[in-house]
Amino acid sequence: MKFLEEYRDGELVKRIANRANELLGRIGREVKIMEVCGTHTMAIARHGLRGLFRKNLDLISGPGCPVCVTPNSGFSLVFQAAEMGKTVATFGDMMRVPFNGKSLSKLRGEGFDIRVVYSPYDALKMAEDEPEKEFVMAGIGFETTSPLFASIILECRRRRVSNLKLISLFRLIPPALDALLKAEDLHIDGLILPGHVSTIIGVKPYVDIVEKYKVPAVITGFEPVDIVESIRMILKQLVEKKSMVENEYVRTVRPQGNPKAIRLIQEVFKPVDAEWRGLGEIAESGLALKDEFKDFDAVEEYGLKPVEASEPAGCLCGQVIRGSKKPTDCKLYRRACMPDNPIGPCMVSSEGTCAAYYYAGVE
Amino acid sequence: MYDKIVLEHGAGGRLMHELIQTISNVLESPRRGVDKAILNTKIGKIAFTTDSFVMKPPVVKGCDIGMLSVNGTVNDLVTMGAKPEYLSLSLIMEEGLERDFVMRIIESVRRASEKARVKIVTGDIKVVEKGGCDKIFINTSGIGMVYRGVESSTLNAKPGDAVIVTGSIGDHGAAVLAARGEFQLEADVSSDCAPLNSVLEALVKKRVPFHALIDPTRGGLATSLNEVAESSRVSIEIEEEAIPVKEEVLGFCEVLGIEPFYLGCEGRLVIFTPQAYADKAVRVLRTLEVSKDTCIIGSVVSRSKKGEVRIKTRAGGLRALPMLQGIPLPRIC
Repeated sequence: MKFLEEYRDGELVKRIANRANELLGRIGREVKIMEVCGTHTMAIARHGLRGLFRKNLDLISGPGCPVCVTPNSGFSLVFQAAEMGKTVATFGDMMRVPFNGKSLSKLRGEGFDIRVVYSPYDALKMAEDEPEKEFVMAGIGFETTSPLFASIILECRRRRVSNLKLISLFRLIPPALDALLKAEDLHIDGLILPGHVSTIIGVKPYVDIVEKYKVPAVITGFEPVDIVESIRMILKQLVEKKSMVENEYVRTVRPQGNPKAIRLIQEVFKPVDAEWRGLGEIAESGLALKDEFKDFDAVEEYGLKPVEASEPAGCLCGQVIRGSKKPTDCKLYRRACMPDNPIGPCMVSSEGTCAAYYYAGVE
Repeated sequence: MYDKIVLEHGAGGRLMHELIQTISNVLESPRRGVDKAILNTKIGKIAFTTDSFVMKPPVVKGCDIGMLSVNGTVNDLVTMGAKPEYLSLSLIMEEGLERDFVMRIIESVRRASEKARVKIVTGDIKVVEKGGCDKIFINTSGIGMVYRGVESSTLNAKPGDAVIVTGSIGDHGAAVLAARGEFQLEADVSSDCAPLNSVLEALVKKRVPFHALIDPTRGGLATSLNEVAESSRVSIEIEEEAIPVKEEVLGFCEVLGIEPFYLGCEGRLVIFTPQAYADKAVRVLRTLEVSKDTCIIGSVVSRSKKGEVRIKTRAGGLRALPMLQGIPLPRIC
């Protein structure tokens, strides 16, 4: 298949990995590179890329799984809406997230109306087809997802659809990167920057952060050749004592990103301080509906109140998300916690670090 | 643990296997966890199996629920080493269903049974009120004679066996997902649904021995290989590059972020045969239309207490290929 075969070419991957290993040999010490995006985590696992590098490369996973970084207080809003009898429209990876012994999948089994959608447009269509019902969309995701929801909110207003509301739990990637690089215990040597998010926001939002913390960073595609090449580029910067943002994913990411999508986000949402699982509260790292769209805010309209829930005993999801622990450090991993009986959110989503490790059979 | 049944219990993955284990406790089955029966009778070994078919939507490209309900049970018998002979047919229909639609499904059952050379000898129809079921559910049971001298279980894969698949994988699963239209993706993918008795016949006739036979239906190739690995206590290694996947199926999977190894097939067999017979098996099976794309995808590398499956990726890495867990969920980001 065009654009797939050539980026999965085993020979090419090996050649680039060898050059990366040379650089690793020259550096000598342990090098810690974080992949920020969950799809990278999954790709690294799925293609078995870890085994291609010298032992002094440590690939750690960051906060790149939307479901994983959503705090319990956020989930509680979605569960409340469902239990109030609203029809909840959500992406599939939310269904099995454990929360206080419940999950949306279990609630659906009990008869609550919870529907898996593949696009927020499906939710809009349902709301129009069933005007007697009140629909609530669980808005979870990064810069890649929020523009879609913004366009739905605008469309709702245009079509005068009043039975579709949003719980906005959207998060922004650059503030989270800033928080991670600031942390004194992590010592991240390089960043594999997310391909999809960068398609929206472009290169600029990373520049200040990279300058501030002097960390090499490369915007990266999702195929084996992309990932191995970007690791090589980061290592080269390290050897040459450089720190800049490079773009490996030029076939998709433009320097200015996607201005139309950015405008959509800015039109409907405003940045607010937001809590992240594992990272705590980060200034201006979340998106809330602007005041003029308050009518579409499920939290306001239905008086939803965030409830705190304690993390399950022994669950290390918080530390796994910030890269300070690995799934294999967790006593629950593979023993009690598995994809069809997840204890923490990182085992649920296909982008979760624990699920990626599990599927790759890491023990 | 789940107090209530969730959809994942039927998805072909680990939860379903646990549930089958529980159900099989009430079966007069020789082994725990086995849901089909081999009956020792005076005239020989008789294989007996039953399966219920629900399909959403009931018609997809290359397959409908009528055809599937015949081939599904026929192929179940085939994996037991049997020559399928007789089937029962039981229909549960929802009030309000179009008569033409029902006739079309019945005609499809007739044609499929003709093609599979089985006779439908008993049947039943029930109609439930609207909402009582989703359009049409079909149950078929089947019996067949086990070929003499054929080891009719999936328990016996041995180190040194070659792993052979009789054609491209994931076609049926992709055709069903595409027909649901939930993704608004147009994919020109046709189901591989077909009876496999000719494949078994050819193996028996040409004296190709095998240690395990399995049809990778729900949960796909990955789940089937894990079943064999676990029950035979062996370690299996396959090569991504060697696994036949149609380009349109691969493209479909890429867009959805799922792997073709987890999509079901309804017209493929996975055969474990001693390495010395592997080339012969391929040669023999390629002469049949239904298995013309047969190829070797890997081997059983060693004994292993817990049973494991590994895949050598195209990019040169080696990783585990576990059983399907839950229902493949599309991603958010």
